[in-house]
Amino acid sequence: MLDNISILFQAPIFAVDLLVQGLLIGGIFVLAAYGLALVWGVMNVKNLAQGDMVILGGYVAYQCTLWGMHPIIALPIAFMLLFALGWGIYATIIRRVVDRDMFTSLLATFGLSLLIQQALNLRFGPEVKIAESGFGTLDFGDLTIPAIRFVGLGLAAVLAVGLVLFMRNSRMGQAIRATAQDPRAARVLGINTDRVYAFTYALNAAICGAAGVLVAMIWNIQPFYGIVHSIRAFIIVTAAGLGNLPGVVVAGFGLGVWENYSGFIFGAEFAVAAVVIVLVLVLMVRLFQMYRVRQVVR
Amino acid sequence: MSPRKLDLSIYGALIAAGILVPLLAPAFTSQMAVLWLMVLMAVTWDMTGGQMGYNSLGNITFFGIGMYASAVVQIGLVYDVAEYTSAFGAIKVDFTEDQYWTGLFLGIGFGGVMATIFAMIVGPFMLGLRGPYFAIGTLGLAVAVAEMVSGWRYVGGGSGISMPVFPGAAGTGSLVFYILLFALAILSHLVVRAVLKTRFGLAINAIRDDEDKAEAMGIHTTRYKVIAWMIPAFFMGMAGAVFGNMSGFIEPLEVAFPTATFGIFMVAMALLGGKGTIWGPVLGAILFHIIKEVTWTHLLGWQWVALGAIIIINIVYFQQGILGWAQDRWPALFGLTVDERMTRTGQAEAAE
Repeated sequence: MLDNISILFQAPIFAVDLLVQGLLIGGIFVLAAYGLALVWGVMNVKNLAQGDMVILGGYVAYQCTLWGMHPIIALPIAFMLLFALGWGIYATIIRRVVDRDMFTSLLATFGLSLLIQQALNLRFGPEVKIAESGFGTLDFGDLTIPAIRFVGLGLAAVLAVGLVLFMRNSRMGQAIRATAQDPRAARVLGINTDRVYAFTYALNAAICGAAGVLVAMIWNIQPFYGIVHSIRAFIIVTAAGLGNLPGVVVAGFGLGVWENYSGFIFGAEFAVAAVVIVLVLVLMVRLFQMYRVRQVVR
Repeated sequence: MSPRKLDLSIYGALIAAGILVPLLAPAFTSQMAVLWLMVLMAVTWDMTGGQMGYNSLGNITFFGIGMYASAVVQIGLVYDVAEYTSAFGAIKVDFTEDQYWTGLFLGIGFGGVMATIFAMIVGPFMLGLRGPYFAIGTLGLAVAVAEMVSGWRYVGGGSGISMPVFPGAAGTGSLVFYILLFALAILSHLVVRAVLKTRFGLAINAIRDDEDKAEAMGIHTTRYKVIAWMIPAFFMGMAGAVFGNMSGFIEPLEVAFPTATFGIFMVAMALLGGKGTIWGPVLGAILFHIIKEVTWTHLLGWQWVALGAIIIINIVYFQQGILGWAQDRWPALFGLTVDERMTRTGQAEAAE
């Protein structure tokens, strides 16, 4: 471990490499976290199936490569497919847990995540899969970075900006924001909140699917990797604070960088543990903030 | 039948079933051992989840910690653990019978103690989180511990440890572990039940109903919460130690910390039977095990998918569980106090 740290100082190009790769990866984390923030903020549903939807999108890309297509083409396909699937999931499951207590939604989506995991395991087997993009690498002096990471970050940025514009300008976006602020008032003013919820959940699933295509191209996918993606999304949203979009972006990039550095310093098998430790720390900081508020009130 | 007599007869029926099954149907012994393990898991989960309202998704951590602690004790008594694991159990030839039995029982005790100590250390931090944050935090804890163990070379890392081979005759091994798990299940139920009868039980119920008010009334909430998490940890650790020996080979992600299977099953079982009741988790565990085995035999290949669907249906459409539903229907029969006068005049709702 100490050896690895000293390598970082002796060869700063490694440190820069890790930083850049972390930033490039962080863009994809931001995408999934944005969807979670949407569902959490609008419907008060904590979606533990988030990561499994990401993995599902990844398998759509993998299936497309099996059919001889380029995985980039899978991006719109996964988007639309998961939109439809998300709508279906809302109609059957999520609709009944929206206004119940939060543990119910948490557990129901955990069951959903189990279902998706096992269905994928049954269909594709438990091996690690990659959707090869074949873009080669880019050289910047001493740095060599796979070109697909830049493509992924660019696509993620396009999607994120598109979503922000959609939320700001379209009629459905306005309805979603109104429902998030006060569902009862929104209903009184003639917004069909049920439809808004369904659309929000479907949109979240679609974003996850698109993020999953990028994950499959940049990293690898496996039926049971979903939970780590869920935990990442939770960390980012919790750290940023609900409804704080710039915060989500910053936290996502930060997490990407942290994961890369800790993976290098402590070894690859501790990267997941490092992510979870950050989760516990973030939750703890929130807890102490809560205590501070309590003292002020007293 | 008075509630007390009813309880005694249920205990009698369970113990009779537990003794008769291995005698009458020896082929089902390992099946039944897993059933008792699931009963233990559901009952102890219900202690924090149902009675205290802290829905943990990470109780499986204690299971794995107990399993690994016992393995280290059992092997470490005779061998150097690091050497043993790096040889993948290839030097396991000579555990004498004495060494095996002392190792087994020391390991069970040590597993329970280590899990309890772990719960005591992380408890104050995790239990400060509330509601869904607690659930997510404990889930993260389980995943983190599993990942750390699979990166720890001393205990074999991701490739696992093969446990010492049972010394007795071929068929007796599963019977011994069956008896141990059966005894642990009954013991855990008795302990949980006895604890809930005391002032401690009232305190954790008060925490479930309104934690801030409970604290204002002078209940030392953090202390109670941590203790109510240590009791499940103790039993989960011992059960993990037994189960590790029973399966013969332990490995972090699938056997020791199976969050996606046993970790979520115990919650589903407690919810199926009715959380926050004494007999609900037991009933839920038995039913769940039967459903699991039936899907296993009839839907081979799709069994896990079917199980996920069953969990979702249970949580979304039938969350109060069987005993919860029965309590709503016939409150007087299921341990709730009913004011007779108010009911006769049809003002039960006004009394709420």
